[in-house]
Amino acid sequence: MVQELGYLKETPSQTAGPYVHIGLTPNYSEIVGVYEADLGSTMVNDKTLGERITITGRVIDGAGAPVRDAVLEIWQADSAGLYNSPSELRGTADPNFAGWGRCPTNSADGVFRFETIKPGRAPFKDGRKMAPHITFWIVARGINIGLHTRMYFPEETAANAEDPLLARIEHKDRVATMIGVKEGSIYTFDVHLQGDKETVFLDI
Amino acid sequence: MSDRSNSKPETGAFFARDRAWHPPAFSPGYKTSVLRSPQRALLSLDGTISEITGPVFGHSILNELDNDLIHNFARAGESAIGERIIVHGRVLDERGRPVPGVLLEFWQANAGGRYRHKKETYLAAIDPNFGGCGRAITDDEGRYAFRTIRPGAYPWPNGVNDWRPAHIHFSVFGHGFAQRLITQMYFEGDPMIWKCPIVGTIPDKQAVEQLIAPLDWGNTIPMDARAYKFDIVLRGRRSTLFENRLEGN
Repeated sequence: MVQELGYLKETPSQTAGPYVHIGLTPNYSEIVGVYEADLGSTMVNDKTLGERITITGRVIDGAGAPVRDAVLEIWQADSAGLYNSPSELRGTADPNFAGWGRCPTNSADGVFRFETIKPGRAPFKDGRKMAPHITFWIVARGINIGLHTRMYFPEETAANAEDPLLARIEHKDRVATMIGVKEGSIYTFDVHLQGDKETVFLDI
Repeated sequence: MSDRSNSKPETGAFFARDRAWHPPAFSPGYKTSVLRSPQRALLSLDGTISEITGPVFGHSILNELDNDLIHNFARAGESAIGERIIVHGRVLDERGRPVPGVLLEFWQANAGGRYRHKKETYLAAIDPNFGGCGRAITDDEGRYAFRTIRPGAYPWPNGVNDWRPAHIHFSVFGHGFAQRLITQMYFEGDPMIWKCPIVGTIPDKQAVEQLIAPLDWGNTIPMDARAYKFDIVLRGRRSTLFENRLEGN
């Protein structure tokens, strides 16, 4: 017998279910008075550095219908490309920007909306710069394990062309599924769970 | 973080997820997964700084009653109705190391299986003193605890006669966004567990058993509340000893 590695197994995921809002956004779910505000509902304040942007969109199921009971979380660098995390060793991120936000898709029209800033570029593992991007994590009824993806910026043509993650997408017509649509300061990012327009999801 | 204050934060990439241990996206016994599961393969990539970092929340976000679901929504002097329990455990990583300072959020139905949610139409009554949400942050040893009411089972429109076993939903942050996890805790001895299509999305019986909290008689408080223990394991991370430094090059 060889030695045992002794690793534990990761706790298996389960769906967040249709009532995920009770736990993650109780005020949105009309459970008022337990928490002052829903965590992650405000990402910027007056002092946050960087270009203010809005990211909005919907999560679309395999029949083309909007998912109206999802919760999305985003995680991103500050305007200088630094993450507000103890694991960030390259410098200190903007203290007025947490870098994390959470938003339910609206129960009527399925739209989510984040008011944030455009992130700077952060390095890939080998030091090459990644294009500016925002990490998305999506949970909902019917989703057994949270889905990771990224939104990139359409005006960053040169940076996107050299991005190490986008370069890994074998079918180039799918790159567009990770790029938002810009209109002024508003980016629309529709996430397609399934079908012809299926978004590239990550195992990362 | 007293015993670790002199050590550097860990910045290694995470162990690859064992996606045969987790439920697959497409699991037709759980009907809603049919149209909400990606059909293309996931794009696999060793974690970058965008995933090995993650938000960390300070204790300042917590109110005194955040980990007391019996009282955090109740009117003054009143409490929620049902079987009083304590749920406690540790958050560890796959290397068995405690994960301190991480936020856990919990939500659940009341003792009758009724959720306080506008989309919920089950005829069991709302408890005016029960909201159903709570949160806690792990201590230096990765421990957390909360008190609540044991939730009831409830029916749901999947099969003609499907019922969820009693369960509490958990949302867990780690130290990196790649560790982000949502799961459900079940209760030891509940015969409904093995009939549930959502539990049944998990292929491996041992993986299901990892979600079942044993009754913890030792921590039961006499004349007050029984205790259940639920440990949570997050992805482990590699050492960076022989890897390129992220800040390098």
